[in-house]
Amino acid sequence: MAKVKCGLEIHQQVDTKKLFCECDSIIHENTPHYTITRKLRAVVGETGEVDIAAAQEALKGKKYEYEAYDDNCCLIELDEEPPRSLRQEALLAGVQVAKLFKAKFVDEVQVMRKTVVDGSNTSGFQRTALVAYDGRIDSSLGKISIPTIIIEEDAARLIKDEPDKTTFRLDRLGIPLLEISTGPDIVSPDHCAEVAEKLGLFLRSTGKVKRGLGTIRQDVNVSIEGGERVEIKGAQDLKLLPKLVELEAVRQQSLIDIKKELEKRNVREVFAQIVDASRLLVNSKSKVIASALSKGGAVLGIKLPCFKGLIGKEVQPGRRLGTEFSDRAKVASGVGGIFHSDELPNYGILPDEVEQIAKHLDCGNHDGFVLVADAKNRAERALQAVLVRANDAIRGVPKEVRRANEDGTTTFMRLMPGAARMYPETDVLPIKITKQMIDSVEIPELIEHKIGRYEKLGLGHDLAELVAKSDRALLFDQFAKSFKALKPAYIAELLMTAERTVKRQFNIEINPADEDFCALLTALEHEEISKESVLEILKEKKSVKEVLNKYRMLSEGELLRELTRIIEESKGMPINALIGKAMGELRGKASGQKIVELLKKLTKSS
Amino acid sequence: MKPKAGDKVKITTSDGEFEGIILPRPELLSQDITVLKLKTGYNIGIENKKIKKMIVLEEYKTPVLKAKKLKPKADLPTVAILSTGGTISSRIDYRTGGVYADYSAEDFVAMCPELEEIANIKAAKVMSVMSEDAMASDWVKMAEEVLKVINEVDGVVITHGTDTMHFTSAALSFLLKDLNKPVVITGAQRSIDRGSSDAFMNLICAVTAAAKWDGAGVVVCMHGTMSDEFCNLTRGTKVRKMHTSRRDAFRAINDEPFAKVFTDGKIEVIKEDYAKRNSGKTSLRELEPRVAMVYIYPDMDPGIIDYHLKEKVHGLVIVATALGHVPTNNPKSLIPALQKAAKKIPVMICSQTLYGRVHPYVYANLRKLSMEVGATYLSDMLPEAAYSKLMVALKQKDAKEFMLTNIAGEISSREVDDCFLI
Repeated sequence: MAKVKCGLEIHQQVDTKKLFCECDSIIHENTPHYTITRKLRAVVGETGEVDIAAAQEALKGKKYEYEAYDDNCCLIELDEEPPRSLRQEALLAGVQVAKLFKAKFVDEVQVMRKTVVDGSNTSGFQRTALVAYDGRIDSSLGKISIPTIIIEEDAARLIKDEPDKTTFRLDRLGIPLLEISTGPDIVSPDHCAEVAEKLGLFLRSTGKVKRGLGTIRQDVNVSIEGGERVEIKGAQDLKLLPKLVELEAVRQQSLIDIKKELEKRNVREVFAQIVDASRLLVNSKSKVIASALSKGGAVLGIKLPCFKGLIGKEVQPGRRLGTEFSDRAKVASGVGGIFHSDELPNYGILPDEVEQIAKHLDCGNHDGFVLVADAKNRAERALQAVLVRANDAIRGVPKEVRRANEDGTTTFMRLMPGAARMYPETDVLPIKITKQMIDSVEIPELIEHKIGRYEKLGLGHDLAELVAKSDRALLFDQFAKSFKALKPAYIAELLMTAERTVKRQFNIEINPADEDFCALLTALEHEEISKESVLEILKEKKSVKEVLNKYRMLSEGELLRELTRIIEESKGMPINALIGKAMGELRGKASGQKIVELLKKLTKSS
Repeated sequence: MKPKAGDKVKITTSDGEFEGIILPRPELLSQDITVLKLKTGYNIGIENKKIKKMIVLEEYKTPVLKAKKLKPKADLPTVAILSTGGTISSRIDYRTGGVYADYSAEDFVAMCPELEEIANIKAAKVMSVMSEDAMASDWVKMAEEVLKVINEVDGVVITHGTDTMHFTSAALSFLLKDLNKPVVITGAQRSIDRGSSDAFMNLICAVTAAAKWDGAGVVVCMHGTMSDEFCNLTRGTKVRKMHTSRRDAFRAINDEPFAKVFTDGKIEVIKEDYAKRNSGKTSLRELEPRVAMVYIYPDMDPGIIDYHLKEKVHGLVIVATALGHVPTNNPKSLIPALQKAAKKIPVMICSQTLYGRVHPYVYANLRKLSMEVGATYLSDMLPEAAYSKLMVALKQKDAKEFMLTNIAGEISSREVDDCFLI
């Protein structure tokens, strides 16, 4: 496989209120309280040199619907009120992370507006600020540079995407995100997974980040030699990363091969005229074509000179160059897709129709063509986008932002934006990062260190890792220090498995509080209860303090009295049966060893 | 050579080397920081004392904006857009901090290409003031500019800052006598450099109304809801900014909007009690700017009235409590001061509740003010409308009579249920 270079961009939600308002950072699944509808305009900035009128054309008619809740959305998310100051607590989380990565701080943080016109931000931009730069971490294959540490607001959640309307939910908009970018220092798919996991662990070490599905997202930048930087967004699962990198390398290699083949065929640039082929297809069996024509649309086509055989060439499993043409067409104008000559005849388009179209488009033996059936202006925009992509193919790999599919392949999202789409957020004052501020933040103990430390306390590696990564790591540290008579491994085991074990053994869901564990361990430390009682106590699903008395162990005197009673009640019972009975009755109130010992003594003396 | 805003530079500090574009530092912030736009697009602040070396890599050149020439279309109405300043017409060059674009017709069309399909646009920059800085003389200037173009166009749009837009809309309603076409004032609550700005829809709807609405008179055209659905066309004397930041801040008070205007050109009439377009002659009234407005509050110092008299104001608008009260039976009664004032100048009463009507006779204290002092009760007129109307009234033969005559819908004779908090 070609040599891969890749870099990661980790987006991690910070566990505070929202970045620029007083809303709680909670995600909802219940029915939204109200909805507003907006449109977005193309503005200078994100378009750079692109003609505004053309950019606006693409947005025309597109509506954005925003669903909102009263408890986690305010006028700021609705873009109806200017933002408040950047949340200090979130900034400090960024400072802490920057210290972990040994990064340098900017002297003054400037909040920027990054233009985003996919509707995911009601304002049309995302607020983002560079906090630190030039950091690093180590990996098994060398140092990984971290050029930027950024704090920014999360975007609204995509709920539904329809051709003319996209629906977003505003609960996620404004949740603070830390964006950690690495340099292009990652050298293989597995290395990528390793670095991503390590970055995640570092972030979690701070204890200031959110956890659970959707709270961390990884984007990956991939390029191979001769290729270009392609950003892949939306990998929710770490496990997908190696596959994404691998398949992107495959894709770029295929595109480079196509480029070389086009070079061989002497294709320098594609000029194409859009031709109306509707009249050839008035009786077409193709459902797509029939439906478009019946609605007054058209079938338009372009010739791609010397592209024959290349449009159908696979670039990723199940995806061809033609698929890339189709992606561009869909994004540019909302058409359902395209037909290309390498896949025809098919889809109801008959062999003689293909021949006629080829003739109509003036195609020679080596030429390919692309057809789009839709409203005329839409079809035109779609074909123009295809033409742009076809010209990109001559140059090899286009710089793109792509979305990760579940199978590790990717779909075109948009072209790589330039720096022009950033401009200052004038509603928020810049913040100086003072030495005092930096010093006020402690470097947290890294999870890796924690695992090592726990192993030294006698925990097995797996258990140590489990505790170190869990929410109860701090609790474990406290308990291991306070309860000297108990083995740390026992404490760890209890904290990590209590809920699961009770569920498995008794099918009872429990949710013990920190105080419950504390009460249990205190009682164990002072030998007031036996270990056998622990699960029994927990499964009562009550405050441990309340039920503890029931399980208190008997004093030696009390135990003697109980055992004497049992012996008297069961006269003539063999000693082993007697032990069984006593153990059953006194379970949890005395240690088994003690019962056997005393019973033997008592029966001998009688 | 000293680097200036917009220059591409390389800065060497104790932390390393930075390449980027120097940005202007806002005046009110501490000046010990240099702001640099990095290649990534991010801006960072660098402490000046850390800077060891700065070299200019590329000097800034002002960009040349290319606007395409507009061709008039024979079948379209003509609309004049007069820009006066405010959020809707400020575009900042973030490289230098300067304001650019002087809002020619081409600039408006470049910003909002749909306008070209609605009307042939003529545009003029009348002034460039943020509306909190607007003065009575600016209202006169705007009225004069409207009069200059009114006979050559089908309607006029004025782009305006939103803070005092309702003062201007009222003032123009009184200054422009027998207005024969619509004058539509619009603005923006969100700046036009963002994709979500309300400016575009407001402008499209305002031009639509100026081109097609069948009414004559001064109206405000701003978002009707928080969504980008429609704009309300509201009477210039009965509209008020009722929220600091929402798009739909401009609400009809003691009135309903005339119509909803949609971006597809549809105008949905809500209330048809407006003057229709006509071929009459529009003329100008004059104004006397020396009018003061006094807001009434508990335990206030009556000396404020004396102050205004000493400063030789020619008329007073008292923004009284509820039905039209001022402190009357306490040691700080305003009655003596107002009595003194009313002997010299007109004293007008309207209410700070905004909604509803003042009444001169309901309570004994009201009678004292109306009958003993001789203050004039202005029915359901908004304080902001009363303020500019009094300026105009002072140039009329009988100011008090003019104040009590309905000139531009500022007084409604009856209130119905559906005008409260809409």
